[in-house]
Amino acid sequence: MNGAEAVRVEDVSFRYTDRDVLQHVSFSLKVGDMLGLVGPNGSGKSTLLRLMVGLLPLRRGKVYWFGQPLASFRERWRIGYVPQRAGSFMSGFPATVEEVVQMGLVGKAGLLRPLGRQGRERALAALEEVGMADFFRWTIGALSGGQQQRVLIARALVADPDILILDEPTVGVDHEAEERFYDLLHRLHRERSLTIIMVSHDLGVISHHMDTIACLNHELLYFGPSDQFLLRQDEVVEAMYGAGVRVVKPALSSCAGQP
Amino acid sequence: MMELFWQYSFVRYAFLAGLLIGFIAPLVGSFVVVRRISIIADALAHVSLSGIALGFLLGSLWPLAGQVRPTYYGLFFAIAASLAIEKLRQTYRHFADLAIPIILSTGVGLGVVLIGLSRGVNIDLLGLLFGNILAVTPADLWRVVILGAVVLSVLALFYKELLAISFDEEAARVAGLPIGFLQALFSAMVAVVVMTAIQLVGILLVSALITIPVAAALRLAKSFRQLLLFSVLLAEMSVLLGLWVSFQLNLATGGTIVLASVLLFLGVLFWTRWREGVMA
Ligand SMILES: Nc1ncnc2c1ncn2[C@@H]1O[C@H](COP(=O)(O)OP(=O)(O)OP(=O)(O)O)[C@@H](O)[C@H]1O
Ligand SMILES: [Mg+2]
Repeated sequence: MNGAEAVRVEDVSFRYTDRDVLQHVSFSLKVGDMLGLVGPNGSGKSTLLRLMVGLLPLRRGKVYWFGQPLASFRERWRIGYVPQRAGSFMSGFPATVEEVVQMGLVGKAGLLRPLGRQGRERALAALEEVGMADFFRWTIGALSGGQQQRVLIARALVADPDILILDEPTVGVDHEAEERFYDLLHRLHRERSLTIIMVSHDLGVISHHMDTIACLNHELLYFGPSDQFLLRQDEVVEAMYGAGVRVVKPALSSCAGQP
Repeated sequence: MMELFWQYSFVRYAFLAGLLIGFIAPLVGSFVVVRRISIIADALAHVSLSGIALGFLLGSLWPLAGQVRPTYYGLFFAIAASLAIEKLRQTYRHFADLAIPIILSTGVGLGVVLIGLSRGVNIDLLGLLFGNILAVTPADLWRVVILGAVVLSVLALFYKELLAISFDEEAARVAGLPIGFLQALFSAMVAVVVMTAIQLVGILLVSALITIPVAAALRLAKSFRQLLLFSVLLAEMSVLLGLWVSFQLNLATGGTIVLASVLLFLGVLFWTRWREGVMA
């Protein structure tokens, strides 16, 4: 399975109103790649992810999942997606942590198939993985923001996806939980060769943990190995001409969102 | 009371219809409330008025059209309106709260005009607006049984999908659930329940019957399953209490049932407040 293509984004552009939020974004990931997506606020990171999972209409460009075009890709459960700031709608909803995590199995199970006892066991296992098993019976709204975030990660993992897409998953998660979270990602990556796409603002941490970095500011400014990225970060000019690195645009520093 | 029950068949029909409706209305109502679309039930009830009025009008013009009961015209209108509202909600996300009152007013306006046109036809307008449970016939009862069975089966078959889209529609979309189909199915179900419940409490109070027991259950429930359970219990208690009191004191039945549900709601509210106070 390793070496096969997990996702390919081809010349994707997007605008909400009259201004392009994304311009000609292209890249591809192999199964087992770990991509850190960075860029300043408003640079289009969430927009790109939402286009990739089909939450926004793909008008210009193409997205392929495991070789199939997004529109005809049926095995959607293979994509686990954790949105940015998912918390607000959950506060007043009368559902237990268990019920929420089981919702992650609905698409995979298919219509007219009850989740049954197996669904319960898998939900518990997924909660175990994110360290939330003790909260099985809690009402979702009674949890803190960080705990809710971890429940949503469990919901994304419960169907045993091949790729996990995380939009700033560690915002509101304490330091210890963040460490555990990265441990979890590495373990899943090792054990199931899970492909990971993760948005973060913490350049240091993400380039340490991910093997590939994509740098977005409406356009894709950098896409390549994270070690190269760290080396070149301060030396924009050199990076421009650096061998073996695909530097698409010279304005590399602008993508870090910090001088 | 028991004598009444055994003596008069219409009292038995009233109780049976009330209990059946008290069972399905809060089940569908639970999804309606957590999706924050309570006002839709109200809109559908009002739209059904124009359907019913059209039914009477057509019946008075052509005897053949009169073979179909006006209620079915109402049901048809309500289903059409529910699909239209869902469509509008999807298309104009930010103006969803505008689309519903517009459809509601259109329904009432059209209903009033049509009723005006069918002058001379004997329409039980009061019964439509406030319910007329005592007029339930065995045929009505069968209709409630069949529609209730349909609603229950749909809920049982699509429970996990309906819960998933109610909780997080975007996640359901990413997971590849057939959102459009599920929304349409659910809307049609709301329309069916609204039409069924109109006979019990009338157009004006339908949404109260669908939402108030759920609002009370919301204060008590820790899970969605509990919400379903508690809201059914509270709705059935409202129906029984309302029917009994209205028979005893000769009050309007629909109104009494809804008042009973409000009373239970307040009881739950005070009780949970008090419990929180004790815990704190
Ligand atoms: N629903 C929307 N309608 C119109 N414009 C939008 C919408 N969502 C986002 N935008 C605009 O698109 C641009 C990119 O937004 P996006 O959320 O993709 O940025 P981001 O890189 O994820 O930022 P952040 O780091 O703050 O999460 C922003 O300028 C934003 O104003
Ligand atoms: Mg974002």
